[in-house]
Amino acid sequence: MASPEPSGKTLEEPPVPPGSSPGLSAEDRLVLQRIAAGDEKAFLALVERNHRAMVRVALSYVPSEAIAEEVVQEAWIGIVQGIAKFEGRCPLRAWMFRILVNCARMRGGREARSTPFSSLAPVDSDAPPSPETFRPPDDPRWPGHWAQGPEPWADERLFNAEAARRIRSEIERLPPNQRQVITLRDIEDWDSSEVCELLGISEANQRVLLHRARTRVRKALAGWARRAEP
Amino acid sequence: MSAARPTDIACQEVVELLTDFLEGALDRKTRTRLEQHLVLCPGCTEYLRQLRLTIGATRRLSEAELPEHVRTALLDVFRHWREGA
Repeated sequence: MASPEPSGKTLEEPPVPPGSSPGLSAEDRLVLQRIAAGDEKAFLALVERNHRAMVRVALSYVPSEAIAEEVVQEAWIGIVQGIAKFEGRCPLRAWMFRILVNCARMRGGREARSTPFSSLAPVDSDAPPSPETFRPPDDPRWPGHWAQGPEPWADERLFNAEAARRIRSEIERLPPNQRQVITLRDIEDWDSSEVCELLGISEANQRVLLHRARTRVRKALAGWARRAEP
Repeated sequence: MSAARPTDIACQEVVELLTDFLEGALDRKTRTRLEQHLVLCPGCTEYLRQLRLTIGATRRLSEAELPEHVRTALLDVFRHWREGA
């Protein structure tokens, strides 16, 4: 990598001997072997683990769930066709999602002009706004401290179907880059380094996006999750 | 609900630092200031608790079932490739 190549020819990556692929975990390697051998179960397991996350990521590039499903299907075709030639310089998942993002970007570019992104849709506020506020910066005693702190939640409500619906709907309204980050980090439980690599952003930028997204999701729950007055 | 005693960091700042805090990305000095603030401030402590709950509840969205038609369609893609390969 260090010495510049003579003549303008592109630097070709050296072939990777089987079994020594640097980016691959033992598990990845096994999955790849099975899929290359035509094992349907291994393929379906890969689908099961990744499909929903792929749809969510695709949704941040295209305007509707239907189109996102099409994009993901297209990506799966690319993955299946490329898998025999995949040499494992990066983890399998990183490679798969790179194919997905390419498909989604291409499709997103075509759709962008015709349909508005769902994130631009008006916000429906069927829950009371979260009540917390801060004191103004010129407050004589406690500038920037709580004027009205967050009200306690009825925690058990956070794990029912209505909470899931509210979270999903708020995530759909986030700007695409925030949506991508919260989807991969908080729904799919990816490491920050994987997310940064896929999206081509810095760790610091990733944290800013994640924080904004989490803040909005918390806020979307706050008024609704408030413990009822005794 | 405001802090019971003066601290050198305002609630409004604390709230903005919480993801960095949870990610372990704060420098030691800032982390210490933030932890001291949390000890004294029930409002920020509750906010942090709610943020953690939010993260936990968001995580549960991954448990959704894969629809049967998706499974069938992708299996077709796979079989088509296998037969062509």
